[in-house]
Amino acid sequence: MTDGPRDLHLEARGLHKRFGGLQAATDLSMRAQQGEVHAVIGPNGAGKTTLVHMLSGFLRPDSGSIVFGGDDITGLSAPGRVQRGLARSFQITSVFREFTVLENVVLPIQARQGHSFRFWQSAMRDPGLTGPARALLEEVGLGDRAATRAGHLAHGEQRQLEIAIALATNPSFLLLDEPMAGMGPEENRALIDFLGALKKTHGMLLIEHDLDAVFALADRITVLVYGRVIASGRPDEIRRNREVRTAYLGEAHA
Amino acid sequence: MRSQLTPAHAVATLLIVLCATIPYLAPALDEPFYVIVFARIMIWAIAAISLNLIMGFGGMISFGHAVYLGIGGYAVGILGFHDVTSAWIQLPIAIGLCALVALVFGVICLRTRGIYFIMITLALAQMVFFLSVSAERYGSDDGLNILWRSEFGSGLIDLEDGVVMYYTIFAVLLGCLLLQWRMVVSRFGMVLRASQSNDTRVQAIGIPTYRYRLAAFVIAGVMCGLAGFLQANLERFVSPDMMNWHRSGELILMTVLGGTATLFGPLVGAVVFLLLSETLSTITIHWHLVFGPFLILVVLFARGGVMGLLGSRTTRD
Ligand SMILES: Nc1ncnc2c1ncn2[C@@H]1O[C@H](COP(=O)(O)OP(=O)(O)OP(=O)(O)O)[C@@H](O)[C@H]1O
Ligand SMILES: [Mg+2]
Repeated sequence: MTDGPRDLHLEARGLHKRFGGLQAATDLSMRAQQGEVHAVIGPNGAGKTTLVHMLSGFLRPDSGSIVFGGDDITGLSAPGRVQRGLARSFQITSVFREFTVLENVVLPIQARQGHSFRFWQSAMRDPGLTGPARALLEEVGLGDRAATRAGHLAHGEQRQLEIAIALATNPSFLLLDEPMAGMGPEENRALIDFLGALKKTHGMLLIEHDLDAVFALADRITVLVYGRVIASGRPDEIRRNREVRTAYLGEAHA
Repeated sequence: MRSQLTPAHAVATLLIVLCATIPYLAPALDEPFYVIVFARIMIWAIAAISLNLIMGFGGMISFGHAVYLGIGGYAVGILGFHDVTSAWIQLPIAIGLCALVALVFGVICLRTRGIYFIMITLALAQMVFFLSVSAERYGSDDGLNILWRSEFGSGLIDLEDGVVMYYTIFAVLLGCLLLQWRMVVSRFGMVLRASQSNDTRVQAIGIPTYRYRLAAFVIAGVMCGLAGFLQANLERFVSPDMMNWHRSGELILMTVLGGTATLFGPLVGAVVFLLLSETLSTITIHWHLVFGPFLILVVLFARGGVMGLLGSRTTRD
């Protein structure tokens, strides 16, 4: 269902963001190519989530600009960016806990079908919504959990749902903020396979602490420390980079 | 996905049947007074349903919701004072004014959340309250008597007839219950409920929530204004007391008492609230001392209100 061969790369140009005395992004530039997984790694507090917030429109950068699909989207609202095909997931699971799993996925499908000023017909009895929603749940492996309340799912399943919600908006580009957080090794492997398959149809910015996942998936890696890009390149280049090894890989892969 | 029948359903059905038959039941039981009691209860239920729409399903706790009761009521009172008694003029003006005020108030307060939202809705409503108090021409504190109930003309709906008045209120109540139900399960309701649950995530899905919350706020204001229109007609009287902050507080209590975010909670809450305060006040003049703690207990220990206790768990009950 993805659009034709438009140039859908995502680019950050010289982003600055300051929280009081803390510089969370300093002259941060990067370019994520369509059809690639671009991983962003860095120690805790490096500013990875801040970057996702800025790219998705939840935080306004103090200066700098963001370009998506050839357009400057710096001033575009968060919902506006999703409507253009740029969707995100959250590091801290952010599903609708009181909703069933199916309802969680129906809502984004409803969103992509246009406005929701429809006051009468039941959304959950509309096959135009529940059909695609069920298909997507099958795809991500939550098919048999459709009627369960999201708040009652196991942690790993909630992480799957987190991604399913983002996918249901039918994005061309995904911003994934630590999708593996808190998952077991088994679930981890399944998710790596799943994201690997998604690569064919979606651009992806992947924030991840799990370096096995990063090196398994990434075509390009950007390393962030204290809000600055200290290195960016192909995985083998990053692996060899001395500065990266001392600043980051050294402590994780001793 | 229908849940099985619960005691909550039984109670809701019973109440509707009771409301439908009171004009015949009350005289038969030699308690004609109950007709006016139930007419009042139904009007409060309509107002509580409108509050439930934004508070229960949208998480917008308005502490100024009674202001629309006042606006709807004064539309009848003031126009009647100037000898404009046609319902075809009064009703559109009541609805239009409520929509306009709700729109302006909504734009102001929907930018805020939590306690700030509560305080701002209270402050805005108090402004209108003081406006009505200072309107000497229209009776200030003493209010305004209404000589003629709203006229629909050509014997269509004759509100001067007590039974017609009663069943008009009943019909509006049914209409509001139906509308609430459809709105809650519709696409609009999905967005509203999701935004209460996690507004950030709804935006991250591509839905600009503000306009939906504002629309709900306006719809609730209009629905409550309808209750005010009916109340003014029933009592043949309007006064600033209709939109005093106490009234807004009572609306919240009723809704919570009955069960927020349930379809019949506001009706059940209005019944329990009004019957209990009526009964308690005949037993002791210190009834507030009993009633207050009772309400606190319900809020603390029965979070789903009466409907919650009766087994109603979802928005669809
Ligand atoms: N809203 C905020 N106000 C003030 N400081 C903030 C805010 N958001 C983030 N920070 C600070 O900015 C820095 C970067 O935070 P960020 O969440 O982007 O890091 P991160 O790389 O995602 O870390 P983690 O790996 O722990 O998720 C941290 O020092 C954090 O405390
Ligand atoms: Mg983070």
